[in-house]
Amino acid sequence: MDFLTLRGIHHTYFTKTSAVTALNNISLDVQEGEFVSFLGPSGCGKTTLLSIIAGLIEPSEGQIALEGRPVKEAADKTGYMLQQDYLFPWKTIEENIFLGLKISGTLNDTRKKEVLSLLGQMGLGNVDSLYPKQLSGGMRQRVALVRTLATEPKLLMLDEPFSALDYQTKLKLEDLVANTFKAFGKTAILVTHDIGEAVAMSDRIFLFSPRPGRLHKTFVIPEELRDLSPFNARNHPLYNELFQTIWKELESLEPEEN
Amino acid sequence: MNQKKTDLLHEQYLKTLSRERKIIRMYQLLIFISFFGLWEVSSQQRWIDPLLFSSPSKIWNLLIDKTLDGSLAVNLGVTLAETVLGFILGTLLGTVLAGLLWWSPMLSRILDPYLVVLNSMPKVALGPILIVALGTNLTSIVAMGAIISIIITTIVVYTAFKEVDPNYLKVLQTFGATRTQCFREAILPASFPTIISTLKVNVGLSWVGVIVGEFLVSARGLGYMIIYGFQVFNFTLVFLSLFVIAVFATLMYQLVELLERKLIKSNQ
Ligand SMILES: Nc1ncnc2c1ncn2[C@@H]1O[C@H](COP(=O)(O)OP(=O)(O)OP(=O)(O)O)[C@@H](O)[C@H]1O
Ligand SMILES: [Mg+2]
Repeated sequence: MDFLTLRGIHHTYFTKTSAVTALNNISLDVQEGEFVSFLGPSGCGKTTLLSIIAGLIEPSEGQIALEGRPVKEAADKTGYMLQQDYLFPWKTIEENIFLGLKISGTLNDTRKKEVLSLLGQMGLGNVDSLYPKQLSGGMRQRVALVRTLATEPKLLMLDEPFSALDYQTKLKLEDLVANTFKAFGKTAILVTHDIGEAVAMSDRIFLFSPRPGRLHKTFVIPEELRDLSPFNARNHPLYNELFQTIWKELESLEPEEN
Repeated sequence: MNQKKTDLLHEQYLKTLSRERKIIRMYQLLIFISFFGLWEVSSQQRWIDPLLFSSPSKIWNLLIDKTLDGSLAVNLGVTLAETVLGFILGTLLGTVLAGLLWWSPMLSRILDPYLVVLNSMPKVALGPILIVALGTNLTSIVAMGAIISIIITTIVVYTAFKEVDPNYLKVLQTFGATRTQCFREAILPASFPTIISTLKVNVGLSWVGVIVGEFLVSARGLGYMIIYGFQVFNFTLVFLSLFVIAVFATLMYQLVELLERKLIKSNQ
């Protein structure tokens, strides 16, 4: 059985003055333990699709199931990291990473210890009593990741988690995230604009086309690249080949932009 | 050598600063002394009617009398208690009302025109009705002190609630948070600085409400002292009450400002 299934998802946003169709007939499956990427130009509905999978918005049409159950009932199984870190500035790092456990009423000493040790594994020992604004962008992003992981979701969704970071920090975090997810056997969906990032990190890439957002093509990443860490994958000859293929495909989606 | 020069310049700069401060203090003192001096002299020389405008020395003597017989302390205590109560009640109820409006967007849309009308209305005009409804006692005076700040607090705090970045709520919703949890974890703490700053406005408003309330009820308090002095033509008493009000309203305002600085600092 598939872990996550989407069947015929449509979504239209209604406002006073307009109706915008953000998604049109999206059907796809994700297997347990898989790392997939949603790639596509701005406005093709990637964030909308993640919000639907996270159960935050109801699709106008279509079915979606996580382990055979509607996502609305499976909020505790999904973790969603927004486009920015959105750490609560009035809470300490410790209070921030315990937030999900506090909300679901499952905060206890064992869990606390585990989450704090996870923070340590992310290279952030001794920051738990600080406030978010005392940390750098890369550190904050890692804290947000720990906050998302703390509730032990089976499915993780990351909405452009590295887009606001400098190149070096980004490469390091890619490796860290890939290793962590592999170690915990997490299923993950990564939304990104960055072809290289998608190729280096994923098992499969879903390419979306805009206006209205629809699934354009699926790329399966070859075994050789999957087994490498994102950083090493970037140095593999196959990486460039795939990069070029996807680049051309993306170009064809945006005719005469310049 | 260069360092020395910088130090020298810095010292000069500090000297200029402290000189300026001294000059300002001196002028402030000068205004104070000449105002009261002039007042005293013009009253004694009968340039102004001493029966109407009293004089600083008479006020001072009355202050001592009233302090010694304890009546000033009683009246001051009553007014202070009413003001503090009215101020706390107004801020609290206003915030609770704002919470309700946030809770139910439908309710907030329904009540919107009423809030606008109530906010524009001069609340002290409701005084007589309050007294009829609640009786000529402390309750109606406290109600005056509270009612004057409730609506404005509601509007300001509700606006702050609405302006909280919806992405914080989205984070909470991904953890399956209820609306109560969203309110407690994001809406309220994010609006905390706004709530604190309404305290400062409300303390001034509450004084207005309470003094007007005491004018109307005429039983006890500093407002009563003013009305009483006016009725028996004892303007020394009126001025004495005015000064006591000025001093304590300022003190209370400063206290709230201090509290604000403390709370906002610890909130960051
Ligand atoms: N709340 C909303 N109300 C109305 N229209 C919306 C809303 N959110 C998104 N849209 C529209 O839906 C479309 C898809 O938006 P979405 O945010 O999902 O795109 P995206 O692929 O995540 O873009 P980006 O890469 O820039 O983040 C856009 O045309 C956008 O204008
Ligand atoms: Mg987006």
